[in-house]
Amino acid sequence: MTTTATTTTTAPADHRVGPTPPRRWPLARHSLALARRNLTTTRRNPGELADAVILPVVFLVLFVYLFGGAVAGSTQEYLQYLFPGILVLTTVLTGQVATGLSIVQDMKKGVFDRFRSMPVPRASMLLGSVLADAVRYVIALAVLFGVGYALGFRVETGLLPALAACGLAIVLGFSLCWLTVLVAVLLRDEIMVSTVGFLLPFPLVFGTGMAAPVETMPGWLQAWAEVNPVSRAIEASQGLLLGGPVAGPVTATLLWSAAFLAVFGTAAVVAYRRVV
Amino acid sequence: MSAAFEAEGLVKRFGATTALDGVDLRAERGTVLGVLGPNGAGKTTAIRVLATLLRPDAGRAVVDGLEVGRDPVEVRRRIGLTGQYATVDEDLTGAENLVLFGRLLDLPAGEARARAARLLDRFGLADAGGRRASTYSGGMRRRLDLAASLVGSPSILFLDEPTTGLDPGRREELWQTIRSLADDGTTVLLTTQYLEEADALADEITVIDGGRVIAHDTPAGLKQQVGGQTVVVRPRDPDRAGAAAGVVARATGHDVAPPRGGVVTASVDDERAFSAVVRGLEDAGVAVTELALRLPGLDEVFFALTDGHRTTPREEP
Repeated sequence: MTTTATTTTTAPADHRVGPTPPRRWPLARHSLALARRNLTTTRRNPGELADAVILPVVFLVLFVYLFGGAVAGSTQEYLQYLFPGILVLTTVLTGQVATGLSIVQDMKKGVFDRFRSMPVPRASMLLGSVLADAVRYVIALAVLFGVGYALGFRVETGLLPALAACGLAIVLGFSLCWLTVLVAVLLRDEIMVSTVGFLLPFPLVFGTGMAAPVETMPGWLQAWAEVNPVSRAIEASQGLLLGGPVAGPVTATLLWSAAFLAVFGTAAVVAYRRVV
Repeated sequence: MSAAFEAEGLVKRFGATTALDGVDLRAERGTVLGVLGPNGAGKTTAIRVLATLLRPDAGRAVVDGLEVGRDPVEVRRRIGLTGQYATVDEDLTGAENLVLFGRLLDLPAGEARARAARLLDRFGLADAGGRRASTYSGGMRRRLDLAASLVGSPSILFLDEPTTGLDPGRREELWQTIRSLADDGTTVLLTTQYLEEADALADEITVIDGGRVIAHDTPAGLKQQVGGQTVVVRPRDPDRAGAAAGVVARATGHDVAPPRGGVVTASVDDERAFSAVVRGLEDAGVAVTELALRLPGLDEVFFALTDGHRTTPREEP
């Protein structure tokens, strides 16, 4: 029972070959491996995409036909005005609702213990989830554009600016989603997380000139819309899709996104490492 | 140090609950340590500390010569863990699970696929490899779980109640697998609620209760301490139960409870009495459909080890 030497040297080829030596870029490789796994999971449960895809379309249709006539005099004109804002709403909402939830669900699964007992950087478990959601953004935006065009929306600039508008919205959604990730890691409760994730976008996205001109709002709301980073993103989106000033709002959106990513992303990873 | 892993004075509290109250565990390389205890004894907590999933409040744990608290990443390269509940992704197929774990263990893609295929084959899951784990039966899931723990060819394997929920045939199969792993030189820590299982697999057994070690011995030594084996006889003809009871009473020297449901049971102090029962039944011409020497159940083990002063089981998180 104590014959150490014999037992360790008689190991057959496949077994007991010792630990695999670590390879470079563990964070990037493991994040991608886990992102792939999340994508496979999403592909097999397409129902999970429903909220991210349907909700923005519902808002679009609701606003255009309910308020279009009152706000802009015609639903068609209002659709042109509203669509760039809904574009931003889509990615913010997608990031908020989906990402945090999938992380909480993961943390409660048995497979999570296995990940944690493996030499995998903790941050890659969060990053993998967030990266996989990029696919949700793309699908949600594609559906939104499809519905928008069917209703009569037309890009007034060109293909490249329109793609840039989508890219910018995705950058904002990706960086803001770390706020819900942080909430998810701290609270670890599906209902709390989906409530927070659902409510958070409202002041951010609706406290802007998305649905109505800011000048028509009460003073306090105007003040908020003025400082609200999502206002810049919507201005940028309007500029890129309909024409108008672009450089200022795009730069502001990118800076804000970097700040969100730095603050919430770091906080989420730190909190996560402490929890698990 | 020749121990594959060693824990000294582990203490872990969850709020007001003390899950571990100074537990020592140790296994030499290439041996199987059975950790026997009821639900809530602290078995899972001890495994989670050794597998770097929990930090102990006090005490130290060393795995493969590495301090668990100081070098968790290196420890994780050397261990395999199979939890009490399925630790595979149910939305992935069996093969996808194993390939994913291989990738996370830094195997190149081709090698990860090859190893996954070999493991599926070895665990009789080759045909099911392309199916989602959620469609697997309990036994298949257990085997996939064990296969998943072996992707990195770990030198130390932690198995938390690996046979819970398996039917007897499947359990026997898993025992065979665990034995062959130990024969290959893997050190195994296995928790169980059954003395029979620990007896079948372990080189040494540590019995824990209420977060404390209450016994540590070889299976033979432990059985000697505990005693209380039972002989069970079921005559083919239920009417012969009386005759069988007479044989058993003479062979064991113990009173025999009146046969119930055609089954005669009596406690045995000495394994030789079992042979006497076998001969006696043959001489008396009593044909039997079941004849067994049963190890005592967990309750009896604890009764014997604690003189009946059983610590109240505590909730295990």
